[in-house]
Amino acid sequence: MNITLRVWRQRDAADKGRMVTYHVEGISPDMSFLEVLDMLNERLTMEGEDPIAFDSDCREGICGACGLVINGLAHGPKQMVTTCQLHMRSFNDGDVIDVEPFRAEPFTVIRDLVVDRSSFDRIIQAGGYISVNTGAAPDAHAIPVPREDAQDAFDAAACISCGACVAACPNGSASLFLGAKIAHLGKLPQGQPERHSRALRMTAQHDHEGFGGCTQIGECEAVCPKGIPLSVISQTNADVLGALAHGGK
Amino acid sequence: MTITESTQSEYYTLGAPIADEKAPAGPINERWDTRRFEAKLVNPANRRKMSIIMVGTGLAGASAAATLGEAGYHVKTFCYQDSPRRAHSIAAQGGINAAKNYRNDGDSIERLFFDTVKGGDYRARESNVYRLSQVSVEIIDQCVAQGVPFAREYGGLLDNRSFGGVQVSRTFYARGQTGQQLLLGAYQAMERQIDAGTVEMFSRHEMLDLIVIDGRARGIVARDLVTGEIQTHMADAVVLASGGYGNVFFLSTNAMGSNVTATWKAHRKGAYFGNPCYTQIHPTCIPVSGANQSKLTLMSESLRNDGRIWVPKKAGDERRPQDIPEDERDYYLERRYPAFGNLVPRDVASRAAKAVCDEGRGVGPKVDGVARGVYLDFADAIARLGRDAVEAKYGNLFDMYEQITGENPYEMPMRIYPAVHYTMGGLWVDYDLQSTIPGLFVTGEANFSDHGANRLGASALMQGLADGYFVLPPTLAHYLADNSLDPVDENHPEARATKDAVVEQIDTLLSIDGERTVDSFHRELGEIMWEYCGMERTAEGLTKAIGQIRALREEFWRNVKVPGTNNEFNQSLERAGRVADFLELGELMCIDALHREESCGGHFRAEYQTEDGEALRDDENFAYVAAWEYTGAGAKPVLHKEDLEYEYVEMKQRSYK
Amino acid sequence: MAVTGVILVLFLIAHMYGNLKIFSGQQAFDDYSAYLRNLGEPLLPYSGALWLMRVVLLASILLHIYAAVTLWHRARAVTGGRGAARYVSTKARRGHQRSYASFTLRWGGVVIGLFVIYHVLHLTTNTIAPGGASASPYERMINGFQLWPVVLSYTVALIALAFHLRHGLWAAFASLGWNRSPRVRRNLNVMATVVTVVIIAGFLIPPFAILFGVVQ
Repeated sequence: MNITLRVWRQRDAADKGRMVTYHVEGISPDMSFLEVLDMLNERLTMEGEDPIAFDSDCREGICGACGLVINGLAHGPKQMVTTCQLHMRSFNDGDVIDVEPFRAEPFTVIRDLVVDRSSFDRIIQAGGYISVNTGAAPDAHAIPVPREDAQDAFDAAACISCGACVAACPNGSASLFLGAKIAHLGKLPQGQPERHSRALRMTAQHDHEGFGGCTQIGECEAVCPKGIPLSVISQTNADVLGALAHGGK
Repeated sequence: MTITESTQSEYYTLGAPIADEKAPAGPINERWDTRRFEAKLVNPANRRKMSIIMVGTGLAGASAAATLGEAGYHVKTFCYQDSPRRAHSIAAQGGINAAKNYRNDGDSIERLFFDTVKGGDYRARESNVYRLSQVSVEIIDQCVAQGVPFAREYGGLLDNRSFGGVQVSRTFYARGQTGQQLLLGAYQAMERQIDAGTVEMFSRHEMLDLIVIDGRARGIVARDLVTGEIQTHMADAVVLASGGYGNVFFLSTNAMGSNVTATWKAHRKGAYFGNPCYTQIHPTCIPVSGANQSKLTLMSESLRNDGRIWVPKKAGDERRPQDIPEDERDYYLERRYPAFGNLVPRDVASRAAKAVCDEGRGVGPKVDGVARGVYLDFADAIARLGRDAVEAKYGNLFDMYEQITGENPYEMPMRIYPAVHYTMGGLWVDYDLQSTIPGLFVTGEANFSDHGANRLGASALMQGLADGYFVLPPTLAHYLADNSLDPVDENHPEARATKDAVVEQIDTLLSIDGERTVDSFHRELGEIMWEYCGMERTAEGLTKAIGQIRALREEFWRNVKVPGTNNEFNQSLERAGRVADFLELGELMCIDALHREESCGGHFRAEYQTEDGEALRDDENFAYVAAWEYTGAGAKPVLHKEDLEYEYVEMKQRSYK
Repeated sequence: MAVTGVILVLFLIAHMYGNLKIFSGQQAFDDYSAYLRNLGEPLLPYSGALWLMRVVLLASILLHIYAAVTLWHRARAVTGGRGAARYVSTKARRGHQRSYASFTLRWGGVVIGLFVIYHVLHLTTNTIAPGGASASPYERMINGFQLWPVVLSYTVALIALAFHLRHGLWAAFASLGWNRSPRVRRNLNVMATVVTVVIIAGFLIPPFAILFGVVQ
């Protein structure tokens, strides 16, 4: 296959950035999209140009490091996969493919397609945990958890923190990411004591980081490679309302 | 002169024996309690004045950082990823072992201990393994309390499954994403401490050297990967939890960024490297599809419970699998190992696959002229159980396979091939997890302990969390309490010299401006390692590999091209530094593999096998840990032997017939 | 946003109900109009209840707009003022699944806001009086909706309202924390569609009935 890539190039946060066109030939349909970028980078390096910077680590769809907007869609045209799981057989010979970074104000571009997602860590710091010190745990069977609740908690906990929800949201909201953690911990008996304070603190941090508000459009859910359901956002709102009803505690 | 002696004179020298002096004497089940009781404590008020550097934020690193933070120490944590939650522990699928005996199926701490020692082919230290089994029980409690959503039964209690050919169900799991959920538990605990101010996080920072002052580890030099700033961080102790070195093979199931730099630099500074040749090859990975492949993907081993492995009887048979009649198929595992069939251990299954592909009977696309793949066929299982039952059990794995290969495993047999998965070797540590450099502790996959020559399924997660949550905190506290350390700062001459050396190496890499990319060197190194130091090793091949690696290393330092500068986000430069270290490690792995004239676990020397082609151990001469001392670039390493004594487990030859 | 939206939707339903009284004749319609002013007398002064409602409605509208502007402002800040169009690529302007209703929520709201002003000037204060002014609310309606441009302008506004309601109703309940399962989600969406259709139909029937002479 021969493909034309139009790739966002930006030296650093201060640079304005622009799309640059590259022609890549001899692509096998079995190659992953990131391997095409690898191949192009090898060529650019030998031609004395700067290779394209992009994040990726596990390349099996679980670490959440990779994330590109491909043809205007976060993680590309296939749903329920990360960028690293996208293979060239999803494209046609001769295609022109646009490649851009996840765009949102808190996601500062570090270089080319690499963005800063440290805001997500700070949202977790604001309460995305159960406060239990090592060694202080009761026996694992002390609290039975209904199977359904454990499964719902898992569904939300499957979030990989890639940021596609923000990238796709017309409002630039990180509500799906936020809700995933709130729903994960809120579904479990262990998470109940801090349920209200967690929702309030994490939501406040989300807003403080500069993410937008949710208007229930659902594009986040559509691009989420792990299928985190939109319902986690309702869970967040319910917990916040519950907290406010308890006097903000 | 025997082969050993000639190898010795040419590739290494023999040094004084080494021994673990920290494990207390006495009955094995009391040793850990004794050690904890004897360990000195640090007054809570003094803890916040004590600083600890933690390199790596996987299960071993994040759990330790959280626990030490909770205790009140000042912890500085480093990871090369953009977030600590992306450490490669996240990719572990199967589960975590613990001797809870919730199934009442006869499991116990003793049995887990025994299984682990046996699985490691009698090359692990008994005291360590016993402690691991003891601590395993507490890990599950801790993780459940943190909100890890383990699989549960209808009654609301935790579900277990059996894993890796053991006879009890002791594996706890969270669908096929156990590593992710356990890591998020540890990550969240650590983020809580960041919020509390005890842990300071440096993401997108890579450790490039260890600072040793007066013989003690006192800090690290790290590069801020965004700005390129070379920083010096000082502390009272340094912990490496930086993972394994499977990426020396270029293609492995490790993450793209997984590297040996932290442990290798520590090795160069005096930490002994234990058993570098012990690597685990996982039999069920998706085969390489082309020359541009960047990494390999593991498919859960559980597939072997219902899939049948076969290749055509005839070499070069290019018919579609469904067109090959039953009597022209060779179900080679069932044929060779009637008792265990498709469920033989990882190393046995891997070697058998290589053997049939070497005969030209491999299937799938040819890469470099050879088809490297075998069929894993579910047709019988679908006929027997029905498609729905197979889908319920393996649906997500089948989907993953189809995503990567574009083939539907319900209609076509899967193609699988072994890939490098885990490295049992690592920095040598004593019972306290302390390396041969005082103040340098090593945890998780980065150290050599616990798994011997082969790791059992679902034991990596157990070891990482055991080290981080429960073992390291008391032993590290003992070190801090037992030693009065002079305050040092980044202007100490040793700190400056270390930093200067790091800057110098970076300058050199950037100035070579040769004609080959970093990746091309890495790929070539991987090919050498895979060919000669992979599933099957021979003296001849290893000798050849050592020569080729030396030549490649020489060329690297003359002909590599690293674009850009240091003062920017420069991924080529990051990779160049890592590959430079792999080029040194690869040689040591081959020397270790060459010197170990026996087969054991993940180390299979073709010269040492039984008549049936099984690994043949030599307990008389090789029941020791090989701890290697670095003596200089290109100089012969010194071998220190730690003899392994088995008081509780009887050494036996494995048999899976 | 959600709470004020729901108040406004409840008002719309009541308003629609009142409009449909046009089919009961001039007497009934004008009596209903007068009743709204007499409501609560003598406890409340003349028009007291009506003004109370007006205050609540006005406050809801202002708060609704305030919340919308805040959300809009935040969205602009985080997307560089470009919303979903912040990508250079134009190959997926509507993402995987965006509905037209979600697209037009904000500008549809502006259209509705402008319409409400026009509507109050027309039928409440009768400042604008196409087809002739009158003291009788019934006659105001008949006079106005006999003219097709007036019917057309109302139809356009109601279409904007339809889109606004369809997404807004679902979003309101989801934001209030109701969307907790796939089943509830399906029901909320069905409810949003049904309520939208009922309200729009209920509002469009009288003008068209007048235009086509069914009501005179």
